[in-house]
This record gives sequence, C-alpha cells and structure tokens, in this order.
Amino acid sequence: MDWLELFISAGFWAAMLRIAAPLIFGTIGELVCERAGVLNLGIEGIMTMGAMTGWMWVFQGGSLWGGVMFAAFVGAMFGLLHAIFVVHLGLSQHVSGIGITLLASSLSYFVFRMILPDSTTPPKITPFQPINIPGLSDLPFFGEAFFSHTPLTYLALAIIPVAIYCIYRTPVGRAVRMAGENPVALEAQGIDVLHIRTGAVMVGSALMAIGGAYLTISAFDAFFFGMINGRGWICIALVIFASWKPGRALFGALLFAGLDAFQVRAQQLAGGAIPYQFFLMLPYLLSIGAMIVISKSMRYPKALLVPFRRGDRI
Amino acid sequence: MADLRINGVTKRFGTLTANDNVSLSVAGGEVVALLGENGAGKTTLMNILFGHYVADEGSVEIDGKTLPPGSTDAAIKAGVGMVHQHFTLAENLSVLDNIMLGTESLFSLTSKVGAARKKLQHLAKEYNLEVHPDALVGSLSVGERQRVEILKVLYRGARILILDEPTAVLTPAETEQLFVNLKNMVASGMSIIFISHKLHEILAISDRVTVLRHGAVVGEVATKDADRALLAEMMVGRKVSRPKAEIISAGEPIVELEKISIKGDKGMPMLLNEVSLTIRQNEIVAIAGVAGNGQRELAALLSGMQKPDGGSLLVEGKPVTKNNPNRFLQMGFGRIPEDRHHTGTVGEMNVWENLISEKLRQSPLWRYGRIIDFDACRKKAAELIEQFDIRCNGMETETRLLSGGNMQKLILARTLTADPKFILANQPVRGLDEGAIAFVHEQLLNARASGVGILLISEDLDEIFSIADQVAVIYHGRLSPLLNVRETDIGTIGAMMGGHMKEVA
Amino acid sequence: MQLEPRENISISRVILAPLTAILAAFVICSALILWTGESVFEAYGHLFKGAFGSRFAISETLNRATPLIFTGLAAAVAFRAKFWNIGAEGQLYFGALAATVLGAGVITMPSILMIPFLFLAGAIAGGLALLGPVFLKTTLKVDEVVTTLLLNFVILLFVNYLLEGPLKDPMSMGWPQAAAIIDEGVLPALLPRTRLHIGFVVALSAAVMIWALMRYTIWGYEIRAVGANANAARFAGISINRTVMLVAMLSGGLAGMAGITETAGTKGYLTLDLSPGFGYSGIAVAMLANLHPLGVIVSAIFLAGIYVGSDSMSRAVNIPTYISDVMVALCVLSVLVSLLFVKYRVRWK
Repeated sequence: MDWLELFISAGFWAAMLRIAAPLIFGTIGELVCERAGVLNLGIEGIMTMGAMTGWMWVFQGGSLWGGVMFAAFVGAMFGLLHAIFVVHLGLSQHVSGIGITLLASSLSYFVFRMILPDSTTPPKITPFQPINIPGLSDLPFFGEAFFSHTPLTYLALAIIPVAIYCIYRTPVGRAVRMAGENPVALEAQGIDVLHIRTGAVMVGSALMAIGGAYLTISAFDAFFFGMINGRGWICIALVIFASWKPGRALFGALLFAGLDAFQVRAQQLAGGAIPYQFFLMLPYLLSIGAMIVISKSMRYPKALLVPFRRGDRI
Repeated sequence: MADLRINGVTKRFGTLTANDNVSLSVAGGEVVALLGENGAGKTTLMNILFGHYVADEGSVEIDGKTLPPGSTDAAIKAGVGMVHQHFTLAENLSVLDNIMLGTESLFSLTSKVGAARKKLQHLAKEYNLEVHPDALVGSLSVGERQRVEILKVLYRGARILILDEPTAVLTPAETEQLFVNLKNMVASGMSIIFISHKLHEILAISDRVTVLRHGAVVGEVATKDADRALLAEMMVGRKVSRPKAEIISAGEPIVELEKISIKGDKGMPMLLNEVSLTIRQNEIVAIAGVAGNGQRELAALLSGMQKPDGGSLLVEGKPVTKNNPNRFLQMGFGRIPEDRHHTGTVGEMNVWENLISEKLRQSPLWRYGRIIDFDACRKKAAELIEQFDIRCNGMETETRLLSGGNMQKLILARTLTADPKFILANQPVRGLDEGAIAFVHEQLLNARASGVGILLISEDLDEIFSIADQVAVIYHGRLSPLLNVRETDIGTIGAMMGGHMKEVA
Repeated sequence: MQLEPRENISISRVILAPLTAILAAFVICSALILWTGESVFEAYGHLFKGAFGSRFAISETLNRATPLIFTGLAAAVAFRAKFWNIGAEGQLYFGALAATVLGAGVITMPSILMIPFLFLAGAIAGGLALLGPVFLKTTLKVDEVVTTLLLNFVILLFVNYLLEGPLKDPMSMGWPQAAAIIDEGVLPALLPRTRLHIGFVVALSAAVMIWALMRYTIWGYEIRAVGANANAARFAGISINRTVMLVAMLSGGLAGMAGITETAGTKGYLTLDLSPGFGYSGIAVAMLANLHPLGVIVSAIFLAGIYVGSDSMSRAVNIPTYISDVMVALCVLSVLVSLLFVKYRVRWK
C-alpha cells in the first residue's frame, strides 16, 4: 500500500531530520532563554536575520562555517538588545520581543536588498554537502536515512546532549535554572541575575540564528523573503510542548518534522483530492494541538515573564 | 574571629531616608540583636551590609578591610552569610543544587557533586542540622528549609551570620532548636547579627542589643541590663498600647464550616482536612499556626477564590453553592487579604479606583449600572481617605506608591464601610508598625462590637491573645477544637502549633 | 544602574518622551540612508512630501491609516488586559471573508443598511476567529500568543483555498480573487477623486467609542483591572474569564472591521494580498500609542505616513522600501524605552 511505503522509504526519514534540524536549534535556543526566565518572541526575526547573514557571509566569499559563526554572532547581538530591554530595563517581554522580530526581519530584508538591489531570481551559493559517515552510510536504508546528512544536521542532533549536560550538570546551568525559578535566591548566592539572564538570552538567540542559517546554507542554497514562515512561532509552541526539557524538545521537533514530512508526501499521494492548502495548514494546527495536549501537565519556570530588579524587596 | 563594623551608613529611597547615619559593630563570638519595628530600616541595613544595596554614605568593614559597595560576592567572600526572612531557595532544585549554587566558577565545565555532598554531610553532622542532600526543596518542611538556608551559609565558610527575622515561620519548639544551634556556632567563634522585633527572643539569645527607629540608631544596651519594657519603649519611642478586647457575648452563628476539605496536588497530602468551625456575631475567632499549614487555602475558601472539594459552607444557616468572590461580597463578606500588593490592590490604578473596586455596579457610584459617576466616586473616596486617615498624594496617586500601612488602611476602608456581616482578616498587621497595628486592631474591635463576626488568621500569638475571643490551631490542614482565649495561654497554643494536639483532642 | 518609580508623572514628559524617541529613531535610521549613498535630508524630504505633501498624498495616508486604526485598537484593547492577541491579521481576513460572502450579491439592501450590516458582519467574523484561542486560554490555560500567531497562517491558507476554489470569481481571468462587493455595499468616497472613503470616519468613531468605553464604563474598569493585576481583580469580584472573553470579542471585532474597510472600501473585492501585514503593524500602532485608544489615531496616521511616504521616497531616490518597516520597528522600540523613563528615573550607582 502506498501509505505504508512512505514510512519505509529512507527519503522520508532523511527529510524528517532535515525539517527537524532548524526547529531543534530554534527550540533549544528559546528553551535556554525561557529557562532563565525570559520569553523571547524575537525568535521569528532572529531566525530571519540568521538566515540572511549566514547566507550573505558565504555569498560574499566567506566559508560555510564562517557563515554559521557570523549568523550566531548577529543573533547574539539581537539577543543582547532584547536582554537590555527586558532584563535590564524590565520592559514587557511580549512587547519587546515583538519589536525585536519586527526590527530583525525588516532589517534583514533591507540589508539583503541593499547588497543585491536588482536580483529577481535569488542568487545561489554552494551549501553544506552531505557527509557520509564511513561504515554506517553504506548500511541499507539506515545509511541513507540517518548517516548521510550535512554537518549542520549532525550538529543539531549533537546540541541536544550538550544542552542537557550544560543545563543539568554544570554550575552555569544550575544558575540559569535558578534565574528562571527564583532569581532572588541566585542574587543571595552572590551571582548577578542580570548577567545570567543576559547571557542566556544571547546564547539562546545565537542558537536561533543558527537555526535560520541552516535553512539558507544547509537545507537550501538561497535566501528569499518570508522563508522562516512561522518556524520561530512553532519553536515557541515546541518549548511548551517539551515542558522546558531539552530531551522532550528533541522528541517534539522530530515528531513535528515527521508529520510535516508525511504531509508533503501525503499531499502528492492525495493527488489533488484534498486541496493542498489543508496539508500546509497541518503543521500549524498540529502545534496548537500539541499545546492543548500538554496544557494539563504543564509546569513552567516560575519566574518566567517576571522582571528582576536589583534591590527589589528581598 | 571576625570583626564587623558598619560606619555611618545612610541610605535614601527618593524622599524616604531608610537608614540615617547608622553605625554598628560585632565581634567574634558575640550575638548582637538588631531591634526595631517594621519599617525601621533593619532589613535595608542588612541588605547594604550584604551588598544588595549600595549605601549613599558610609562603609562596611570586616577585619579592618572595607568591603566594596554593592557586591554580594565580595561580602560572601569576606565571610558574611545571610539567612533571609523569605527563604531564597528554588523549590524544584535539590538541596545540594541550592547549596552548591555560586560556590563553583560559573565557567567550569564540570561540577564536583561528590565532594560537595561529603562536605555538606560533614557540616550537617557538625552543627546538628540534618537534611537529605538530594531531596527537592519543594518537599521539605519550613523548619528543614531554614536548616538548608543556614547550611548554605555555613557551606560557604561564613563567619558572620545575619539572621533576618528567623523565627517568623518556626514553631516554638523549632525556635528553641534554632537557638541551641546558634549558641553552638557562637561558641566556635562565629559572630551573629540577629534581627527581630520579638523582645523575648532577643532577650534569650543576644549579648547586646542595638535599637533602630525611623532608620536611626536610638540606643545600644547590653542584654543583661535590659528588660522587655525598656526595649519596647526604645523601639517604639513612646508608650503605645495595643487595644484590648472587652468581653462581649457572642451572638448568632454567621459562618459555619462543616467538614470542609481541599485536596492537594496529586500525591500530596490534603491541604484542608475536614475542617469544622463556627464564627458568630460579636466575636473574633483566631486561627493560629505556622505558615503553610492550610491557612492560605482557608483564606482562599472564605474569599470565594477557591471551591472546597468536600464539606459545606453555611452562611446564616444557608448553604453556599456559588463560590466566586462577587457572590461572597454580595453575601456580606469583608475580606482583608494576606498580600496587599498581589491580592488586595491593583497597584497601577488610582487610590480612588481601588477604594471602589468592590462596589462595581452599585449606585450611586455607577449610573445605569454600567457608567462610572466620577463625582460620586471621588466624593466617596474623599470621605474614606479622611475617615481612615489614608496618607497619599491625592486620590489620583497610583496605589503602588503608598506605604504598607496606608495600603492596609485603604483595604480596611473598603472592607469596613461595606457593612459586612463577616470579616476575614488574614495577617492584617503583617509588616506594619506599632501605630498602624493599633489602628487596625481598633477597627477590627469596633466592627466586632457592632455585631460583625471576624475570623483572624495570624502567626503572631501576641496579636491573637490581645484581640481574639476564641482560638483554634491549624496544623497540617487539620483544625483543633476552639479554645477560649481567656482560658488558655501562649505556651499551650505554641505547643499545639508544633503538632502537639493530644492534650486538647 | 537602578530604576526608581517617579512620584509625579508630568504631562509634558508623557508627551515629550515619545517625540524625542521618534526623533532618535529617525536619527538612527539616517545611518541606513547614508549607507544607500543618498542625502538624508533629501530622503526624509521625499518621505514627508509623499506622506503629507499634497491633497492626494494626505488622502492616501489617511486611507492607509484606516485599517491601521482598527488593528491598532484591536491590539490596544487586548494588550491593556494583557491578552496577547497577535492574530489581528487572521481576524482581518475573516472580516473580509464575511464581506465577500455576504456582500457580493447574496443579500441586497440600500447602502444605509448594507454598510452597517457589513461592518457588523465583519466584527462578528473577526470575533469568531478569536473564539478558539480565547476558549483554549480560559478553559485550558493554553498560551494565546502562540495560538493566535499560528492561526494567522492557518486562516491565510484557508483564504487562499477559498480564492482558488469556492469563492473564485469566474470573471477574474484566472486571478485568485473573489467577486466584487455590490455597489450598495461599497464605502462611499470622502474626497472626490481619491481613494479615501467613509471607513476612515468609522475608524475615528470606533477609537472614540473605545476610549469612552475604557474610561467611563464598568467594562473598561474591569479590563484595566484585569490587565494590571488579574489576581487582585478577581479578588475584588471581577470575573476574569468573562472579561477576557469580552476583550477578545472587542479585539477580534475591531480587527474584523479592518477587513471590511479594505474589501468594501479600498479594494472592492477580496484578494490574497488584501493586507500587507496590517494586523502586525497594528501592534506597532498600539505600542506607539502606549495603548491609548485616541493615541492610536495619531500613531496610525504617523505609521501610515511612513509607509506611504517611503513608497514615494524609494521611487524618487534609490532606497529599498523595506526601510519603512525598519523605521517603524525602531520607533516602537525607542518609544517603549522612553515611556519607561516617564514612569521611572534612573539612578546611576
């Protein structure tokens, strides 16, 4: 049967990892911010910025890894801006985040147009090529599905254990968790809450930007307008679905990507019987569904959205 | 040995001078008590010492070296350890996580958990402060949490220990245990600053007493030369006597609770367990107990904020079916909430808007039931401000800018002028100074005299014994039978607060 | 650095602070103009002339401001209650759908009835588009930021499907667009030979009505109280769920009406590019106005001026139109900061 064949085709599983990778970067980035108590609605704009800057670096003759680093740096700078507004000045996290998204995405388009004023068909670069993992990539099915990906895809998968280790096993991770739970306690132990939160937002934003860059220098080879297309917002839904746990974020991203990959193929199989728009709606509806499923058992960081001012009542 | 000197510290917040040229010194092996009313500037001073605040003038010296201002880290490194009034622990982290926080370089890639656990266990044994290192803080009792707080400080090698109102949340027995531990620490050469407004505790633990009033030092005495009366007068500056309840006989039952239960989270014990209680006209019934034994749920229930999971609530003999605050207001419930900022007032709204917040849709403040009559509202507000002496910069002032005492007066004004039949007063004087306490008590007693039934929830036994008629103790969600305040004593109630209910049950 | 609340908030500061902030945003933006190699003064001159320099320019700006007032009010009302409705874009399209379904010939009435009927239908449709998120929030505490945002994408795809399928106008020669609104439903022009239509007046009166509602009525009182401190509001007897529901219906309704002014006014029929992000820009409008309903009028006209002016600026000199969005974002962020300093003073330590 056609539908079953879909799941046993290696292409399907490979596509799932490709779709999941940028979401993993974005979700872990947002998770780091929120674990420290800061909602970052700038994610959509920061991913756009990352997509543009990463691609532009390579287009201007830089190396691919240089593009990743540059995107991360620019992302961190926008994170710093958000942190100044919400961590240091205590402005509304919702409002500032939306402002950052507005600024980062419009600035990306402006800069892109400035550097490439009249390109109608977007120019292309040579993106990351798949690396076959010796030995494993020759395996039937598994080789193609899991061991023949670009380095940035492997990096996305590697980031999960790293995040788990950092958040749960290192002093700085402990401080980040405390900043999102009880910042006063952190302050009482002689650690500057503002520094920890600022750092977390910058690191998180850098990861989001890498997620954006993945799209332009690993998954595709060009930057075009509206290419993030709500992926940032989906990451925010995934963080909630993951209940702020990195391991579950991986699960959520893969599940989501699997359904998205399925949707694309199902669309071809359906052959027009169902209008394609309904398939395209699925990812967004699924994200909403995931939030409904998790709503009962949700336990969010206690100090999320709560600004901390030094010298507040202790 | 550690010597601490605070030299001429002044700290201003806007127009308010919280500390005015305060000096204080502690030597190793000494317990110095810092005594003062709420709002006298004790906590501000300690926050300066600990680097949370930066003083406008003056300095802090430890062993002759001046501490850099505004650096908590430097204070900790110099051997200062602070046990805050409100615990500074994260509930979903383990005891060990809480304690290790800040003890290792933030940039180290590994964390030496094993060594830390050993050190913690060693310390716990040495000072007789047993806790399980891997337990989640959320699962610990209040007494255990305080032990974690103290261990946290000892773990970092503190030699000067600051305890800010440490007994506020403890049972009398736990307090005694704490004092034994503190004496051990002093014997090993540590110095302690003990902040409190409870005179008997200060007399029991300290060597010297420094008294703060309105931000300035008003005197220093050796404890052996002091007594309650002397300290009380130094603290308040004049003789303030809290009003005492006159004996009136109680009337008809107003509010009756019958076997009310409220469940806890999944797997957690009941928050209220078959609580039965009757409050009559002309009486004040007090609920004594250490914080966190079900008071919050009882208050939420009687404010209409929470439904019971079992049992029934009767008002003037009729069962209440709809549990929402609006319904309770209509039934004649007045509520004084525990948290003035979070529950009692909307800080960003004006004083007058907060004064009318429970009178929505009532004429003559609202025309056609939906449109605000500004003139009527302002007139009403002006009356209340005058009657209750609410000090504010005009009724258009944002409420968040009011002092605690004035905010409480605002809530009292709103509650008492609505002609309530029943008043829930949850910690009505917490954080207030003596003048404001006397005012609040007087208002409650007046209400009682006019026929109102009052439920007073308090952790302060002095308050209960000065204004209540009957008292019951709440412990782990269960309520003891009512006792007549005039036929019992503080010692008995204190013991019951620690769970010794047998003698009355 | 420490922030201290100010005891007195002076009116002059409330007005001067955002103006200074906008000036600062323009100064920052001139760096981008310098990068394009054009003269800053010339560029801003073109911008201003394009926005307010002629009768036509003004009419275009006000025309552009019309939907922005509606979406700005939608955001202002919702954000005041801390209900983060970021789905005005989708609600706008729902309103436009209502106009198309009901206004393209199914029902015929004289203009005097038809136009109010369309606005009402648009408002109801916009409110319906928010029903799901508000229901999920009040019953299951599902975060409305994400649900409203994601629904924008869903609704746009749904409209896309309708325009390529059931609602496609057979006379459109293959373009995905719906049948035109009948003449009785078309909003009459305010100024002859311009696109400015009666919708602008409706928008102004909506702003005044929302302002009066927020200031003088029990509903406004409840909305403000719930937004400032939901717990205390509930304690005082205000039903949170009912208030949030009311806010959502108001907010969605206002956004839906923006759909009416665009289909029945500016365009005449529904297309997929009906709104160049009016829903999102509405958030910027509301923020610039510090959520004040009358301020929304001013800030909507201001932002519309930037959008319209930058179109003609980029035609006259060589600057990408995207600069208008950058300018708006910078204005929003700097005004946000400036409003903080109206309420707080900084103490450097």
